[in-house]
Amino acid sequence: MAQPSKTPVVFAPWEDQTQKPVIQFKNVTKRFGNFTAIDNLSLDIFEREFFALLGPSGCGKTTIMRMLAGFESASEGTILLGGKDISAVPPNKRPVNMMFQSYALFPHLSVWDNIAFGLRRSSMPKDEIGARVDEMLRLTRMEKFAKRKPHQISGGQRQRVALARSLAKAPKLLLLDEPLGALDKKLRHDTQFELMDIQEKTGTTFVIVTHDQEEAMTVASRVAVMDHGKLIQVATPAAIYETPNCVYVADFIGEVNLVEGNSRKVGADKYEVSWAEGQTALRGTCPREIAEGTRVTYAVRPEKVAISAEKPKDAANAIQGSVHDIAYLGNISTYHVMLPTGQVIKAQESNTRRLANRHFTWDDQVWLSFTDTAGVILTE
Amino acid sequence: MNYRRLMLIGVPYLWLLGLFLVPFIIVLKISLSDIALSIPPYAPTLDLSEGWAGLKDFFSKLDFDNFLFLKTDPLYWKAYVSSLQIAIFSTAITLLVGYPIAYGMARAPEEWRATLMMLVILPFWTSFLIRVYSWMGILGKEGFLNATLMWLGIVDEPLTILNTNTAVYIGIVYTYLPFMILPIYAALDKLDISLLEAAEDLGCTRTSAFWLVTLPLSRPGIVAGSFLVFIPVIGEFVIPSLLGGSNTLMIGKILFEEFSSNRDWPVASAVAVLLLLIVVVPIVLFQRSQERQAEAQK
Amino acid sequence: MRRFSWFNATSLTLGFAFLYLPMLILVIYSFNGGRNVAIWAGFSTKWYGELFRDQAFLDAAWVTLRVGLMSSTLATILGTMAAYVIVRGGRFKGRTVMSGMLYAPIVMPEVITGLSLLLLFIAIGLDRGLVTIVLAHTTFTMCFVSVVVSSRLVTFDQSLEEAALDLGCTPWDAFKSVTLPIIAPAVVSGWLLAFTLSLDDLVLASFVSGPSSTTLPIKIFSAVRLGVSPKINALSTMMIAIVAFGVITASLINKRSVTKRLKDEQEAAAS
Repeated sequence: MAQPSKTPVVFAPWEDQTQKPVIQFKNVTKRFGNFTAIDNLSLDIFEREFFALLGPSGCGKTTIMRMLAGFESASEGTILLGGKDISAVPPNKRPVNMMFQSYALFPHLSVWDNIAFGLRRSSMPKDEIGARVDEMLRLTRMEKFAKRKPHQISGGQRQRVALARSLAKAPKLLLLDEPLGALDKKLRHDTQFELMDIQEKTGTTFVIVTHDQEEAMTVASRVAVMDHGKLIQVATPAAIYETPNCVYVADFIGEVNLVEGNSRKVGADKYEVSWAEGQTALRGTCPREIAEGTRVTYAVRPEKVAISAEKPKDAANAIQGSVHDIAYLGNISTYHVMLPTGQVIKAQESNTRRLANRHFTWDDQVWLSFTDTAGVILTE
Repeated sequence: MNYRRLMLIGVPYLWLLGLFLVPFIIVLKISLSDIALSIPPYAPTLDLSEGWAGLKDFFSKLDFDNFLFLKTDPLYWKAYVSSLQIAIFSTAITLLVGYPIAYGMARAPEEWRATLMMLVILPFWTSFLIRVYSWMGILGKEGFLNATLMWLGIVDEPLTILNTNTAVYIGIVYTYLPFMILPIYAALDKLDISLLEAAEDLGCTRTSAFWLVTLPLSRPGIVAGSFLVFIPVIGEFVIPSLLGGSNTLMIGKILFEEFSSNRDWPVASAVAVLLLLIVVVPIVLFQRSQERQAEAQK
Repeated sequence: MRRFSWFNATSLTLGFAFLYLPMLILVIYSFNGGRNVAIWAGFSTKWYGELFRDQAFLDAAWVTLRVGLMSSTLATILGTMAAYVIVRGGRFKGRTVMSGMLYAPIVMPEVITGLSLLLLFIAIGLDRGLVTIVLAHTTFTMCFVSVVVSSRLVTFDQSLEEAALDLGCTPWDAFKSVTLPIIAPAVVSGWLLAFTLSLDDLVLASFVSGPSSTTLPIKIFSAVRLGVSPKINALSTMMIAIVAFGVITASLINKRSVTKRLKDEQEAAAS
């Protein structure tokens, strides 16, 4: 008998007005001498989130993490943890634990002693420490290596010990500083899902710092894209990808086609962007009001651009060009199509047919088409 | 936390202030005093109980007599000059002897390195005094060297080496050799072999590759080693005392004699102050070169 | 590898011969039955016997040992504190002065340091004796300790200390449980260096020792000023033997731990 379909429970505490955030940054500024690392930043992070801080080197993401851990203090503003101001609380007294990028495993202690280290300094009774350490070893599948020292285990194993050690005290908040950077690609993928599993199982709030956008998109419930000490956009991975709020975010995540032009309102939320002389204006949608004639950027992802030999009949947008280059990646092909204006638009397609049966090749004249809701119109 | 940090900085700081800096000021003060038949054997002594008047009286009695004395008595300035000469010359010899040894160590097969290092470190940890003493038994009129030379028939009469400047040079080179070898070896060890290979690839012979690539790149080691020998040797006392003769003029020896036998502490202090001023120049130069090294490596 | 040329081999052989021959001769003649260095009068250990019967030498050795142990321990504590403060302390008032004070005694001629300390002790009325030598040696050797320890601290991974704090340690606990065990080899080397420098010091001790607190180097110096003495050869041989034993043992231990560590890491990477 078919089961009635359950409405999926969507985890989105940031939309729930009754939920109080577990972490709050209120107008926080951090300066190192003349350099402003964090510029008047405000942020709310909720319990049980897997929150990712994403951005290039020097954007300030590590500084935010270190302020949460207690290794840096804010020059201005307040940081609240569980509603309480933690600026006066030293790192050893915070219910926060950190997993370091270099793992920072104590080389003179065994795996077992590393994990027990924090517990020994807590109020946990001695007899319970052993059970907890064993539990952590089981969680990270490191039971067999308990007696070994860090230099006697491999890089991936050290990463698991670092994770076990940081979770041992069941902290309210776990900070992960580029935890998967040192691992090779396959191990990284596997570990990403392990991390998500462990996070759900333990119900801890995770804040991860990474420069790898794939990683952020995979693991996070929400992603904060940062640049030069400011938050550019804070949203779910889907929202960041499908509805970036500016060109920086659109360009930072994944691949995107950017076409600049002047906007003209043609409907309730419909706009036309004239981008080149002699070319039909692009049609797009924007929920916000855009003033007449504003310079905008039309952003559309390559996988939403269809490519065909003949002009498609009912496409909202259709442009002609010639195939300038084809990037073959096994499962997908990206066609770089040069338009008459000289601009190159990328169109991505799954290779549903074998290579030999491909429809177009270099220098062919093709049509690119996409709907009027495929892209976004960005004003900044 | 602030209290702990204060103590952490304060304890060693105050110790050094009290047992290093303050003594210097005292030396300076005494160098400006006169010898007196009293205990302590100098005057004036600072008597704070007399207050400001006492202080003024104290400062008025200080003079540069001792320094003028040093300028006029030829023994002293000759000794300063001689010390510098001996220091420069012996540093050069130590470099010439030490560099090939360090170079040999740097090119030796990997398996030998630990042993070679150990062989250099062992004399380094052995008593300085004993190593200088060992040459007394060799260079004396009835010493090992003369006995061997006469036995081999090379000379008929024993050579006078002990208690001459030659013995002092041998002694300095011998005792300070590890200080020259270790920094040069460290610099050569860091040398990237591919640089030499590139030089030879571009047409250099082994010798010219050495002169054009290896030697210049080992300069930091040469500089460090040279300073580590030059600066202490200026004020050397043990080696000239044991291996040198009455005509070996070194300022460290004179300072010690002035102090112990003559009991002229004010003059001894003046000698020390002047020596310090002379030594400060190479010390500052050395520290600057070390800092530049550290910056360049960052 | 044809990097190692004949020139290299010759310079190494000659160089090490130069370094070791004098000491070898010293050792051989400590077993010489006769007084004269040049004439071999048969194998004998009588000079060793005479040495052990010489009360003055034994007393001096005892003084030297006590001074060495006390000053090196004190110097290690002070030197480690100073090193920690310089490397981790950030900017504080008087930092340049402290750096300079830590650096100067190392390069300065000892006669100056010795004279200045003696004048200090006279000025404050402290009688010369064991205490003054300990104070002098501590001041001098703590600078060497701080050099050794600070060079280790500079390469020490600070994230280990942060991890310790993060897991609940107070700063002192972090130092005690994490930093200290890891930099222990450097601290021990510093202690050994301070100990050796103290044991070997002649100049400072000459200035600041009293009549009842003669150290071994002072005794040796006054003895050899009069000429070569086989008793001193015997003493020297023993000291060389102790140092050689220490250096060789340390070398072997170091080599063994390095090879074991390499093996462990290779096994770990393979697993």
